[in-house]
Amino acid sequence: MPKLTIDDKEIDVPEGMTVLQAAEMLGIEIPVFCYHPKLSIAGNCRMCLVDMEHSPKPIASCAMPASEGMVIRTQTPMVKKARQGVLEFLLINHPLDCPICDQGGECDLQDISVAYGGDSSRYALNKRAVPDKEFGPLIETAMNRCIQCTRCIRFATEVAGVPELGATGRGEDMEIGTYIQKAITSELSGNMIDICPVGALTSKPYNYRGRSWELSHTPSIDVFDAVGSAIRLDTRGREVMRVLPRQNDEVNEDWISDKVRFSYDGLKYQRLDHPYVRQKDGRLAPVSWDKAFEAIAEQLRDIPGNQIAAIVGDMVDAEAMVALKDLMVALGSPHIDCRQDGAKNGSEPRCSYLFNTTIAGIERADFCLLIGTNPRWEAPLINARIRKNYLYSGFPVALVGPSHDLGYPVDSLGSDPLILEEILRGHHPIISLLKTAKRPMMIVGPGALRREDGATLLCLARQVADKYGFIHQRKTTIPDPWNGFNVLHTAASRVGGFDLGLLPGPKGYDVKGMLDAAAAKKLKAIYLLGADEIDMASLKSTFVIYQGHHGDRGASVADVVLPGAAYTEKSGTYVNTEGRVQRSLKAVSPPGDAKEDWKIIRALSEKLGHTLPYNTLEEVRARLVEANSLFEELDTVQRAPWLPFGQEGKISSESFTAALESFYMTDSISRHSITMAKCEREIAQGAPHG
Amino acid sequence: MKLKFFPLTELCSGLFLTLKYMFLKKKVTLAYPYEKGALSPRFRGEHALRRYPNGEERCIACKLCEAVCPAQAITIEAEEREDGSRRATRYDIDMIKCIYCGLCEESCPVDAIVEGPNFEFATDTREELYYNKDKLLANGDRWEVAIAARLEQDARYR
Repeated sequence: MPKLTIDDKEIDVPEGMTVLQAAEMLGIEIPVFCYHPKLSIAGNCRMCLVDMEHSPKPIASCAMPASEGMVIRTQTPMVKKARQGVLEFLLINHPLDCPICDQGGECDLQDISVAYGGDSSRYALNKRAVPDKEFGPLIETAMNRCIQCTRCIRFATEVAGVPELGATGRGEDMEIGTYIQKAITSELSGNMIDICPVGALTSKPYNYRGRSWELSHTPSIDVFDAVGSAIRLDTRGREVMRVLPRQNDEVNEDWISDKVRFSYDGLKYQRLDHPYVRQKDGRLAPVSWDKAFEAIAEQLRDIPGNQIAAIVGDMVDAEAMVALKDLMVALGSPHIDCRQDGAKNGSEPRCSYLFNTTIAGIERADFCLLIGTNPRWEAPLINARIRKNYLYSGFPVALVGPSHDLGYPVDSLGSDPLILEEILRGHHPIISLLKTAKRPMMIVGPGALRREDGATLLCLARQVADKYGFIHQRKTTIPDPWNGFNVLHTAASRVGGFDLGLLPGPKGYDVKGMLDAAAAKKLKAIYLLGADEIDMASLKSTFVIYQGHHGDRGASVADVVLPGAAYTEKSGTYVNTEGRVQRSLKAVSPPGDAKEDWKIIRALSEKLGHTLPYNTLEEVRARLVEANSLFEELDTVQRAPWLPFGQEGKISSESFTAALESFYMTDSISRHSITMAKCEREIAQGAPHG
Repeated sequence: MKLKFFPLTELCSGLFLTLKYMFLKKKVTLAYPYEKGALSPRFRGEHALRRYPNGEERCIACKLCEAVCPAQAITIEAEEREDGSRRATRYDIDMIKCIYCGLCEESCPVDAIVEGPNFEFATDTREELYYNKDKLLANGDRWEVAIAARLEQDARYR
């Protein structure tokens, strides 16, 4: 623990820390451009120069390791002059077009120039001019503004794992670019916009539309995958202007995926803003809430409870799920399911459907086995963590399933599920690696769980985990318990649904059973709560109630449409794939007559004669806690004890298939986003820009 | 109390004052609207949005005037124009809210929004005082000569 003195304050810091980090711990501000806490150190902007005793020249504090007895001063005349000099040099070639720059108002260069810069420039010659680059449909470039901090290059090569960006030329001729003109093919590319300290990289969909100071900020949760990244919704009036990450080192660090960052324009199109009832001529006509509820009550009056079913979609909040579950119980229906994709897991114990290692725990693993998953598309931030661990420890990653470029080397074992049996019996070459691993982890993805034999595969995975030490129970000999068994979900509502028991009851149908029964006319009515990813063709002769926010697949077959709220328009509780209960806040109001989802179900229950016993959001949340006490504690992972689960059986030799066909358009919001459509065309399919 | 000797003194002195202004002093009243008083080049009257000599509008929708406006009378919405430049799609000033402080003019980096010399813009209805971008640009076109002359006069003090 070296002890050093900064501005006459002494501090002990852990070995390997830099002077800049030590100053940060003391609350001493040192201006930086190229340094970023989540990236490697470059030390090329020279903004962090400080005065070190016995050193003739100022030192770059971001790159200087703190060592015993150092005496650092950050406020001497030399430091002041050095900072002014660096800023004067940086501003020589900076265009100073702040009034038209989208970074204006939240720009590091602006803030630091005001705080530490001089008052004038002595440079009277022409500034350099750099042609703008084309980085694809998400990132707008203005390369004149670039100060060559290389944060974007380091982000692309280190975090995103796509070494597509680089610098060409030296000195004044240095330019950042993609070498050959192409769109950046990362699912995390939007984060470059955030880390760019100037306005060289800005958001293309948000281009020129708003200013940072006129936006209101609302903390929220990403619902496009099951990671539950912390996000911030920036709104102006009734419009979501942009989506930014919030820092949460346990989940998403500083990053979010491009899908949540850029699909907000989908919230503007094809919204359901009125209740609709299908008329005799087959058209949906807008009606009042009362009329819509009456139409439902009239239909359901003569239908016995066991001929009514409910399917819950992927973006539904826990409040709406518990209300729907209570309503279905009151109606006497056992047919309820939250697994649109037909996954076969979800029953107790809780450890069988959680990401038990936790996302931050990935960094401690020393072996990773991926089973039927493509984390790059299914959970880009979990993939970034795996890559982070790969960069630090070089841990081996093996994949059973269709191979895909994940951004780090993967030992692809093939996509035959029987490989798992070989591993279990000890016949596979990979077990030599498995046996040496101290903290191995496995991720069972939707590609495995969605199969007919998903439950058996899950059991097989558990047996592998048990046999090869994926789980260390807390014992006196093992002070450090480890659970390396992980299930990766893709739906934000999934774990919450499991925790609330939104699974078929005794003699209840699962999603496939419901669709078959509906096709065979054994089900008379079905309630789709934001469920769009099922085969709607079999619902032709069924009375369909669709509640959701977009006029998507579900609404097109519905007999009654109830307009709900999207994730930005309600305060909701979501449980991420780790089992972390998180809450989002309402940023804007739902459009038109649309209402928050639990309120709709509560109001409908009254018309159906089964009034649900809650009237306020607080009462619904009390009901959530009553249904499962896990909902009491927010933002923490409550570890599930390791208990045996799964049923043994025979697995089919059919190869694993990919669960997602595309990253960008997977749900009712992103399917209606113009930006996501452009990404699909230009990034996923590689069509030329224009 | 002593009674005043000549009770009519005040009356006479008052009458004398009136006659003095009638015949001896210079006239100060104006026959408005046929005559108008002099205006300082810094007079803050009706707003206008100016153009460059080539006809291109100056405003780049940086929204500094909107941010600085103490009465929150300005509303701007911006978008990328077809040629890739940053332009306002909406520029509204609520002339009833406006307190004519001139901060918008001071904050403008491109001298687009100015408070011109016109103070005669009273209207019959309130609605007519909600100015939009077209109205402000038309103002700018109408008053450009006067505005440019005033800015030039005042330039050395800025």
